[in-house]
Amino acid sequence: MNSSMLFNVTTFAYLISTVVFFAFLASKNKSIGIAGSFIAYAGLAAQTVAIALRWKESYDMGVGHAPMSNLYESIVFFSWTIILLFAYIDLRYKYRIIGAFVVPFALLGMAWAQLGMNTGIEPLVPALQSNWLLYHVITCFLGYAAFAVACGISMMYLIKTAIEGNNSSAQAGGLMSMFPPLKVLDDLNYRSIMIGFPLLTLGIITGAAWANYAWGTYWSWDPKETWSLIVWFVYAAFLHARITKGWVGKRAAWLSVIGFAATIFCYLGVNLFLSGLHSYGGSKM
Amino acid sequence: MATNDKSFATSVWDFFCSLKLTLFLLISLALTSIIGTVLPQGTLAPEYVASISPTRLQIYSKLGFFDMYHSWWFISLLYVFSLNLVSCSIKRLPHVFKFISEPTLVLGEGARNSFALKKELTFSGSVEQGKERLTAFLGKEFSVPVITEQHGEYHLFAQKTAWCRLGVYVVHFSILVIFVGAIIGSLAGYKGFVTIVEGSSVNAFQKQNGQQMPLGFEVLCEKFNVDFYASGAPKEFRSILTVLENGKPVPGYSQIKVIVNEPMTYKGITFYQSSYGQASEGSEHFISVTPRNGGAAEKFAVRDGVAVTLKDGTVFKLLEATQEVRQFAPGFSGPAARIEVTPKGGAPLTFIAFKNFPEVNAQRGDALIFGYEGTNAKQYTGLQVAKDPGVWVVWLGCTLMVIGIGVAFFMSHKRIWIVVTKGHARIYGNASKNQAAFQMQFEDISEKFQEIKI
Repeated sequence: MNSSMLFNVTTFAYLISTVVFFAFLASKNKSIGIAGSFIAYAGLAAQTVAIALRWKESYDMGVGHAPMSNLYESIVFFSWTIILLFAYIDLRYKYRIIGAFVVPFALLGMAWAQLGMNTGIEPLVPALQSNWLLYHVITCFLGYAAFAVACGISMMYLIKTAIEGNNSSAQAGGLMSMFPPLKVLDDLNYRSIMIGFPLLTLGIITGAAWANYAWGTYWSWDPKETWSLIVWFVYAAFLHARITKGWVGKRAAWLSVIGFAATIFCYLGVNLFLSGLHSYGGSKM
Repeated sequence: MATNDKSFATSVWDFFCSLKLTLFLLISLALTSIIGTVLPQGTLAPEYVASISPTRLQIYSKLGFFDMYHSWWFISLLYVFSLNLVSCSIKRLPHVFKFISEPTLVLGEGARNSFALKKELTFSGSVEQGKERLTAFLGKEFSVPVITEQHGEYHLFAQKTAWCRLGVYVVHFSILVIFVGAIIGSLAGYKGFVTIVEGSSVNAFQKQNGQQMPLGFEVLCEKFNVDFYASGAPKEFRSILTVLENGKPVPGYSQIKVIVNEPMTYKGITFYQSSYGQASEGSEHFISVTPRNGGAAEKFAVRDGVAVTLKDGTVFKLLEATQEVRQFAPGFSGPAARIEVTPKGGAPLTFIAFKNFPEVNAQRGDALIFGYEGTNAKQYTGLQVAKDPGVWVVWLGCTLMVIGIGVAFFMSHKRIWIVVTKGHARIYGNASKNQAAFQMQFEDISEKFQEIKI
């Protein structure tokens, strides 16, 4: 058994979990929902073992490092954190249906990583040879995952308002009866961002500390840095908007979706469209 | 007039305190920051200047778009942002302090009805007995209460972590601390760059504005090396540096290894491994030319870009040379040169001549075999030089921010009141945040409360 086989198992588990969650949406059968969750957890377990194995395999190859050094490894880790946070929300708040809107993010990530990317273990370029890599990547991606969960919940909120209208007494029945009440969705959105924001803050600070240690500048307005700050501004606006009248509900849900779009641009867009210091595995010093 | 002035001042004050301004600023900062990630910043490459129209170039420059994070309008946004933070804190902090130091000890009739969390207990003992018993209960289960008597009723009030209401202000304050650290750094610190050729030393470096600045000591580069992985990717860029004072090595600062992620600091100035290259000045490269049909090899010492004419009329020119070819030609390693050869009357040919692969050099099949024999050029190491006395203030600000966010997000101010009257007592609870978690705690306490026999 090696890590790449287990990553395939993981991808398959997230695929099945997504399908089962959609079946849960359509059938409203509780045991199907439980199956969806358990398949996702099985995938999470397989992925945890796979990440640990890949870590060990890198040491066996003599280029030992935490598996967070390039785009492939980061997106695998991102998928892992998304399911981890989904598990937390599922077990803590018992709104299983959220899985139908969150597990697909992890599936997309894993499918892209397994099918479209070079999966080989590469040695670390000099710029990444630091313990800060671990702290920086873990905090950033846990934050990103919380924002992904918040985005999924906000999409549920927006779909529910679009179908039911703002009139909560007019229960449309059908699919919508599966969704948690609007108030709960709004609250869960807020809670997810309350998890993500501190982690993003830590991610930016550990990045700044690392940059200062390695280059002597804690902030250089590099596109990646700037975009992480843009994301921070968006969620800071979200947090302040909640204490202003008229910004709860729909507008908050939209801010959460926009925030996640900015997060994804910060993570992928900056690398694909702009140039800078985070050129995953590039040979920058 | 006086009232008009006052109302104007008040409206300015209200403007700076308003949450709407905060939202406007956060969203404006987010949107405008995008400009600097899309447009090039700092010194513009000539290709970029050529690619956009002169009018546009002029407009962008006027608006400061090419150095936008230091432009007057972006800095102004940050100043207004700071002002907004300070004003909000000045406006709200006294209320928060009052809230903490003078809590609501007595619940009025109206307030009692507004609580979501409440429970009732009926008892047969006296009011005094009830007070004693419930004071002990609250002290044991939650926190020692303050007792107030009013209209024959006893009001017991207990609270936990009231100070966590200050967490938000710690976060706001931390942002100002970070700004102060950044300002100290930009006024009292500097950044620069220095290149040191192997075996030589420098006593000054070039600041970002191009100015030379003395170090106050000398830095000698003993050696520079690059290690590669088998794949050809760089593994380590390594300078061996020695600090000299009055021409003598400083104890403890001799033969220091400086690699990426492991800088060297001396007298508050830090040196970071940043780049490297070949010192081309005055250096020569050696090219061997061997006739294929036998005959002695001839060796030429050439300089970059200078053409050499051979006896048979062939002209060759060294275009570039590297001491490690791996990243340009996978599968090969060691020194190599790209040369352009123009046979007499023929078209120019460009190819790579290797030092370690003579058989590959021979495979080309022309009348002359070209080989690269290395260079007498020395390598130089490129080091970032930085001093930032404000950086500790920035880290202090960051620490405060993390603590503040932890307190503001994950702690809540919990309050419990018990109102004791003749024959019954009522318990009320409230938390500033995370109501669900407090509700469980409250239900646990109120269950025990309802089992009390007095």
